[in-house]
Amino acid sequence: MARKTPDIPSSSLADTAFMMLIFFLVSTTMDTDAGLSRMLPPPVPPQDVNDDVKIKERNVYVVLINKNDQLMVEGEPMHISDLKNKAKEFIANPADDPTLPEKDIKEVAFFGNYPISKQVISLQNDRGTSYGVYVKVQDELAAAYGELRNELAQKKWGKRYDDLDKEQQEAVRAIYPQRISEAEPKNYGGKK
Amino acid sequence: MGKFREGGKKEVPAISTSSLPDVVYMLLFFFMVSTTMKEVDLKVDIKAPMATEIKKLEKKSLVSYIYIGKPKQKFAKAYGTEPRIQLNDQFSNISDIADYIEAERQQKDEKEVPLMTTSLKVDENTKMGIITDVKQELRKVSALKINYSTKKGIRNDN
Repeated sequence: MARKTPDIPSSSLADTAFMMLIFFLVSTTMDTDAGLSRMLPPPVPPQDVNDDVKIKERNVYVVLINKNDQLMVEGEPMHISDLKNKAKEFIANPADDPTLPEKDIKEVAFFGNYPISKQVISLQNDRGTSYGVYVKVQDELAAAYGELRNELAQKKWGKRYDDLDKEQQEAVRAIYPQRISEAEPKNYGGKK
Repeated sequence: MGKFREGGKKEVPAISTSSLPDVVYMLLFFFMVSTTMKEVDLKVDIKAPMATEIKKLEKKSLVSYIYIGKPKQKFAKAYGTEPRIQLNDQFSNISDIADYIEAERQQKDEKEVPLMTTSLKVDENTKMGIITDVKQELRKVSALKINYSTKKGIRNDN
């Protein structure tokens, strides 16, 4: 005789599901982690601290931030909103201005021989600079590189840099390498 | 005509609750998929700065976090109002960072150590002095990959 198995009551299913829902609501967060990725320079062995690499002045874009969060770029005060366009002009040096970086002809995949500027951006901040401004400056400089890469990608392939494949991105990166150098921290005017 | 009931009380049928578990499960799965576990209880106030050129952090398991900000109100008495560093669940000093990074490395595979990233979650009003010290400390232990944690901002020029 086939006996009918009694139905498992499912009225408490909703309660268990609610309990799990509430657990997840409480113990998790929505925010995904994102930010500006940077590489720190490797530690310098003490004997070559004074062994600064000499770079021609025209190749260096000096950005200083003081403790009042004011910017000084290449010896002149600047507002942060101008930084990106000025930096772009410096990095690309489209008019081959003799005061802007030199260029080296190098072989790049897809592009053939291409003049690559020897630009370096030197960023220096005070101990009193606020982090918000520092990140803003880093962001503006990264945006300058990002826009140049995008423009180049548009010109060559008619696509945005992010939509290129890996080799193409590498070629674009070879032409506009992101070189932001941060000076070894120095102590000006004590702790504040 | 017997077709029409007269004077009969009409009963409102009960709303069926049999689909309630399904609805709740749907919500549950949504939250399970779209959220992440909290790493620690924050003891410092952090208002992350905005940035536009951001990259998502990949491989959550390889990320160690350093929090810097002013202690929350309830800790202000014990720890003051100057920005402090929080590692794991406690306030720490600059000198603890090396040990913290070392401890994080111990938990991971040797092959993965070079891929480890340190995420700096810093309040935007913090002064750079403390951050510079942290960065120097990280360089000493060769934890060179860092990420300045920011929120996604909108660029309002051009």
